[in-house]
Formats: sequence, C-alpha cells, structure tokens
Amino acid sequence: MSATFLGIPPFPEAAEKAVNDSRLRHNLRKATHTIRDKRASVVGELHDDWQRLRAEGAAVKEHTLRHLDRYLEQLEESVQRAGGQVHWAADAAEANEIVTRLVKATGETDVVKVKSMATQEIELNEALAEAGITAYETDLAELIVQLGDDLPSHILVPAIHLGRAQIREIFLEQMAEWGVPAPEGLTDDPRALAEAARVHLRERFLRTRTAISGANFAVADSGTLVVLESEGNGRMCLTLPQTLISVVGIEKIVPTWSDLEVFMQLLPRSSTGERMNPYTSTWTGVTPGDGPQEFHLVLLDNGRTDVLADTVGRQALRCIRCSACLNTCPVYERTGGHAYGSVYPGPIGAILTPQLRGMSSEVDEALPYASSLCGACYEVCPVAIDIPEVLVHLREEVAESPGHLGEKAMMAGAEAVLSSPRALDAVQRAAGLGRGAVPRHLPGTAGAWTDTRDVPDVPAESFRQWWDKRGRERG
Amino acid sequence: MSSREQILARVRRALADVPADEPVERALGEGFADSHGAGPTLEVLEDRLHDYRALVRRVGADRVAAEVAAALERRGAARVAVPAGIPREWFAESSVELLCDSREEPVPVSGLDGVDGVVTGCAVAVAETGTIVLDGGPDQGRRAITLVPDYHLCVVRADQVVDGVPQAVRLLDPSRPLTWISGPSATSDIELDRVEGVHGPRTLEVLLVESGG
Amino acid sequence: MRVALFITCVNDTLFPDTGRAVVRLLERLGHEVVFPEGQTCCGQMHYNTGYRRPAGRMAVRFVRTFEGADAVVVPSASCAAMVRDNYPRLGGRGSRLSRKVAELAPRVYDLTEFLVDVLGVTDVGAYYPHKVTYHPTCHGLRMLGLGDRPYRLLRAVRGLELVDLPGDTECCGFGGTFAVKNGDVSSAMGADKARHAVETGAEVLCAVDNSCLMHIGGTLSRQRSGMRVVHLAEILASTEREGAHGALEGSEAGS
Repeated sequence: MSATFLGIPPFPEAAEKAVNDSRLRHNLRKATHTIRDKRASVVGELHDDWQRLRAEGAAVKEHTLRHLDRYLEQLEESVQRAGGQVHWAADAAEANEIVTRLVKATGETDVVKVKSMATQEIELNEALAEAGITAYETDLAELIVQLGDDLPSHILVPAIHLGRAQIREIFLEQMAEWGVPAPEGLTDDPRALAEAARVHLRERFLRTRTAISGANFAVADSGTLVVLESEGNGRMCLTLPQTLISVVGIEKIVPTWSDLEVFMQLLPRSSTGERMNPYTSTWTGVTPGDGPQEFHLVLLDNGRTDVLADTVGRQALRCIRCSACLNTCPVYERTGGHAYGSVYPGPIGAILTPQLRGMSSEVDEALPYASSLCGACYEVCPVAIDIPEVLVHLREEVAESPGHLGEKAMMAGAEAVLSSPRALDAVQRAAGLGRGAVPRHLPGTAGAWTDTRDVPDVPAESFRQWWDKRGRERG
Repeated sequence: MSSREQILARVRRALADVPADEPVERALGEGFADSHGAGPTLEVLEDRLHDYRALVRRVGADRVAAEVAAALERRGAARVAVPAGIPREWFAESSVELLCDSREEPVPVSGLDGVDGVVTGCAVAVAETGTIVLDGGPDQGRRAITLVPDYHLCVVRADQVVDGVPQAVRLLDPSRPLTWISGPSATSDIELDRVEGVHGPRTLEVLLVESGG
Repeated sequence: MRVALFITCVNDTLFPDTGRAVVRLLERLGHEVVFPEGQTCCGQMHYNTGYRRPAGRMAVRFVRTFEGADAVVVPSASCAAMVRDNYPRLGGRGSRLSRKVAELAPRVYDLTEFLVDVLGVTDVGAYYPHKVTYHPTCHGLRMLGLGDRPYRLLRAVRGLELVDLPGDTECCGFGGTFAVKNGDVSSAMGADKARHAVETGAEVLCAVDNSCLMHIGGTLSRQRSGMRVVHLAEILASTEREGAHGALEGSEAGS
C-alpha cells in the first residue's frame, strides 16, 4: 500500500528501462495483441453502425460537458430524491476526508472496494490507512497489485505487466498476510489463480458492511449509477454491504437513461473486447430491503474543471476509461503503464495526467511527447477523442513555457532555413559538398538516432538543384 | 463558499465559450440501429450464451416444470433459493426444497451461501449480446439471491427476448436495481485470457421457453 | 493536366530520386509538372513538436506558393495530411489563412490519391521485377485514408510480386522528433517493423513517405539485413527501359 508513482523518472528515461525488460515486453505484447484482436472482432460485428454509435457517444459526452453545471445539479437532485446523499469534493484531500468521515461513521475499520480509477487517482486507500481503515481491493488485478505492493499499469487490467507465474508467486507469498492464504500446491493456471482469489475474498465479501466504488456512468435524469464488471466482485460490493460510498468524477455524467443505449454497446466492446461484460449493476439511490440501505455519492472535481476550461483539451473528459487506446498504442505496448508515472497511462493518460496535474513537473511535461502521433488511439476511441490533436496542443503549452532552450534554438534554426527557398538551397549545397563526411555514429541528440539507425547518404544534388539544371538544359 | 458552490462556479467559468442560448435539452440521435441482423432472435441468444459457456436449453412452454426438475437434478441440487414471487408451477415436478426470499423476509447471506443454487425468471434478455437482465421483479427477487449461490438457473420466456441493447434499455425502468448478466462470472485479468468463474455464480443455466403451448 | 509538385523538404534535401521519379511518372502519363520555386516545408515538424507559430508561417508560405495550382501532388502522405488535416487548425476561425486553406486543401493530394482518384489510373505502365512488401504509413493510413490505393497501384506493376507485411498497420516508430525525444521506444518499434519486413522475404519495402522509410531503412541497414527501402513513386516510375536507372540506383535510404 505504500507503492507510489512519485520518483518515477520522466517518460523517456522510464521507458528506456521498460523497453529493455524482456519479460515485461513479452507480457505486454501478448496481452495487448490478444485484446486488440478481440476488440476488432466484436466491433466488426456491428459493421457501419459502430461509427454511428461512436459519433453519438462523442456527441452525448460533448453535449454533457458543455452543460455540466446543469447536469450536476440535476444528478444531485435525482440521487437525493431516490434516497442517496450527495457530497462535493473540490480536490483529492477533500474527497478523502469525506470518505474517511463516512466510513468512520459506520464504525467499521474494514471496507471492500470495487476497482475505481477515481479512488486510485486520489490515493484513497492510503488516506484510509492513515485513519486506521483497511481498504481491500476485490478486482482480481487490483488484488494482485495490492498484494504485490505494486503500481497499476493499465486502466482496465492494472496487473497487465505481470505474467501468470509472477501472479502465482505473489499469491503464495502475500495472501496469508491479508487474509485467507493461497492453497498449497497452487499452480499458475489462470483458473487456479482465479479460484484462489475467490476463496481469499469470499468470507470478506460476506461479512464486510461498508463498500467503496466508483461508477462508469451517472445518469442525471434518473439518478442511476452504473458499474460494469466481470468477476462479480462488483456485485458483491454493491449489493451485500449496508453502506455504499461511490466516488465519481464529475465528467462521468450522461444526461438520460436512454444514453445507455449507446454506451452499453460502446464500452464493453471497446474495453474487454466482449459483446457484453459478464455483469453490469445499476442502482438508483436506495431500494428498501434490497442492497445497501445507505448510499453516498461523492462528486469529485480534482482538476477536472481545469481540463474543462481548455476548449481543445476538454475532449479528454469524454473518456469512458475503456482502455482501447492503451491496448492499441505501439508506445504503450513497448513501455507498459508505469513509465507514464500516473494511474492514467497510455495515450489517454498522456493527455489527461498533464491536464489534471497542470504540467508542473518534468514528468508531466514529458507526457505529451510520449507518442509518435500515429493516430491508432483516435481510431479506436469509442468517443472519438482526437488524442493526437490534444497531444500537439499540450506540446504547444510546453514549447511556450520557459526553458527548453536547446530545442527552441534548434527549431528557430530550422525555421530560418525552411522559411526561404534560398536559405534551404544554400544548406542543401553545403550538405552536398560535405557528403561522405557524416560519421555512422553521431554525438548528442543526433546520437539518439544513430545508436540504432544508420543515417541516409546525403545526395550530391538536391531535387531543387536538379530541377534548375533540367530547366536550364531544356532552355 | 461550499465545495458544491465552488465546483459549480468553476464549471461555469470553464464553459465561458458556450453560448448562453445553446439548448440544454438534447434528444438521443436516431442514426444508430436497434440491432445488427445477427439472425433469428432465439438462435442468436442461444449462440451467444454458449459462447460465454453458459448452459442453455430451448424448451416448450409445457415442459418448463420437467426441465427445471431435470436441470436441478443434473446439478444435484437439493435446496435452492427462490424469490417469493416465483411461479410455483415451475417446481411441480421437482422435489427440491425451496428457500423463499423476499425484501420483507430476506434469507441471511450465510443462508444463501449454504444453498445449492437459485432459480429465477428475468425482466428482459438481449439476443445480440447474450444478456439477461434482472430488475428485482417478483420472480427475480433481491439482488443478493442471484449472487451468492454458485449456480443460477434462469427461466427466460421467448417474449422477453429482444434483439439489441437499445431495445432493452427502452424496456427497463432505471428506478429499479438492475443486474445485467452475460454468462457466468469471468475474468480476463491474467494475461487478458478469459477464465469463467470468479465471485459470482460459476454456473449459469438458461431455460429458454419458446412461445405457444 | 498541369500538376504542381510539392516535393517536401525531406525529399528535396535527402531523397531527390523520389522527386525525379514523380516527375518522370507524371510526364510519362502525359501531364505537365511544375515546381513552384517558393516552396520549402509544410511545417509539420514544427507543428507536431508544439511550435505552432512557425508552422503557421510555413502554412502561409505554402498557401501563397500553391494557391493558383489546379492540383498539388505530394510524394509524402504525412506532408499532404499536414496540409489537409492540420492547416485548418492553424488559422483562427474566419481568418484569411483558414479561408485560403479551405479553398486549397481539397486540391492537395498524396501521389497515390492523385493517380487513382484524379487521373483514374491504377496501371501506370510500370515494370519492377522484384518481390515487394508495402508498409502503410500512419498518416497515409489514418489521416488521409489511402486505403487500397497503393495496393491497387502495386498490383498493376508488371513483374512485381507483392507480399503482405505482418503487423502492417502498426507505426514504424519514426514520428518526427519522437524518434530522438523517445529514441528507445522509437528504436524498439523500428526493430519490430524491420523484423516483420525481413520475415516477408521481400527484397524491397516500399511506402509513401520517405521519413518513415529513412527510419526503417536506417534500422535495416544497421542490421545488415540486405533489404532495401524504396518510395512507391520510384517503383511506379520504373519501366523496362529505364527501370534500373530510375528506380534502383541510389534510391536506398541509409545504405
């Protein structure tokens, strides 16, 4: 529970280590390619309709964001009407305070948790631990990360960086510390590992009286919260305890129940690559005699209104956390999630993290460059977030900030050459004269190229010179 | 200023670019399809459920009691939980002990943990995605009863099955607690390889009752 | 038809053979090629690295240089995409630049689009007796949506054996300044692309963008793989008569 993203170096440096870790590369390659193929197959089943759903999903989310104040008020009213209580948290500290206070009021010292990005973002588990409350993660991958004192490296599958043999070791070594130990003779068969998790958590589910969740969607008109999951750990947490506390980012709102016609198609197919995830739970306030009798919704800002204020960057708030962009990203495939230094890794993390945290550090400033701008993320995004557009937009912010003098000088030099055909021609002629003098390995920044790649031979004459000559010869 | 006011004020400041007269109401577009022509409804549902490794049987309306009895016998179930409003005729040919659950008289969790299974009906089923939706109706009961037991036998009537997700969303009432079930519990958390059977019922069996009779 | 060639700064400086091939090809097809001399660079490197203002100035130059043209042909998908997809973002709403871009951009074509869509040809009379694999570069694939155009052109080349490239839609890792800012990831991506290419058993890897080919070719060359990279234009310009001279000499990146 003490693992933290603090201390992870800026992306290029963290990536270098990851790229050279052959086991990590193997795990990531296998997992991302599996999920990519599954997604492609179930998206293909919807034919042309996929693009219509995608456009509608983007439009619903964009519209919601443009009227977010109104929808937040409507959601609050709907939830309260249905017997829930609504709390507002301006930042992580306030959200943690609210949740801690609510848990303490139940008198419990153990809580079970459904996987939630928002609570990871605010480091809720750590805050609860300080108050003497133990939060038990119940999603299998979250459990693996928690037991291994590791960090999540993927939005959907936080333990994607680990292979089955590593997971077996973690279970054997750590489960006993947290509760029911792993069975003797545990193999690394995923079935056996899933069974071990079932046994480990079973008693805890049946007896824990307070649960914490996030939500995939919060429906403003009905006050309904929606959680999609696979294992049933979500249902356990959302159904059996007496008290349920849901921490939900303010961007999770959709205006109406009917909007789920779209999102219940977009999300499962994009995230786990299934036609539908095994379980989806929806609840509206409190249902007497069925499920938690006390429900608290904590609405979280924590930087989201800053993202909202940026008219280009705003689209990042459309994200429904499917992780299709991670799974398809060639950079993520080679570095994994830890290199991004945030709970939000991959392409969406590269645009969300610096916006949420405000590009105040070297780590955050490096993130917008963690992409070759190949556009695969935009292509698969179910809500059509133009991630390359936002990346470039954030690079502009970095380029306009103080510092980065070497790069600025280089870019100014390049512009000087490229802003006049005569200057370009002069440089080309000089290079042509100096051809053959370029060594195979170059120092400095250029070395980042020549470490692994040869440089092309400089031609004796540029195209421009050839064209001139041809023109003169033809008279 | 409360955090509520502070957040709402920040949101409004952030949206300075949105014209004041831009309509807040927005109807969902109608450009997308209700379903995607995957084939005859019941066959598609059956196929998708098989795909999730659920057990499926197509049965005639007059055979429900016999098939419920047969399924419970195959499972070796002696005691099953049922919602109080379940049609008693489904059990006419079975000798299992029924543990009745209702909001007023709920079976405690430990009791649910001790039964051999649960039998329910459903509210809606979606063929294209192999999804069964429970809405807490009289033949479906509290959410806990279909969660804690390891075996769930669900009786789905043909007239409850729609082709696609949008049709199901329209039929459902969001004020009720809903559980959408697509196969037995599963995980893909280990190497993104799907494994069935984690915390929810590890076996889902569906009796698909054809209309008529 | 009178075609204005936007050679691009990379082709102009490092890969003039590609430009010569485009001229030869279009002239062989009976069209007149002009080279507006005021041209320099589309501004893609500046734009993609976050230097919006210099990119804007280059966009202004581009528009000024090409605004009278009936058609602008670009033998680089990423530069064509820069003009078509990113120039509209550079000018403010209703600005002079935006209006001019909106007017000009639809007439800016990647070479394969120009051949297939505007001229309506897929068989350009080329001859290229080699085993070739094609890498669809990201901006050609996703921003321009070149689709099957390059394949149709390649399949019509006599003597050419076209083989599929495994993992073809995955980025090669070039990405402009990404190649040096994130050199390790870029190299890892390049190495995988090179491995896939070599596994096809093809002699030649072709694409519609020399900057990607410079990266993949530099990797292949460093690995002493023996595989060559060639711009698609050079294959299409090759004929029985002038093939060897036109396309196969001095056109390799990084050999």
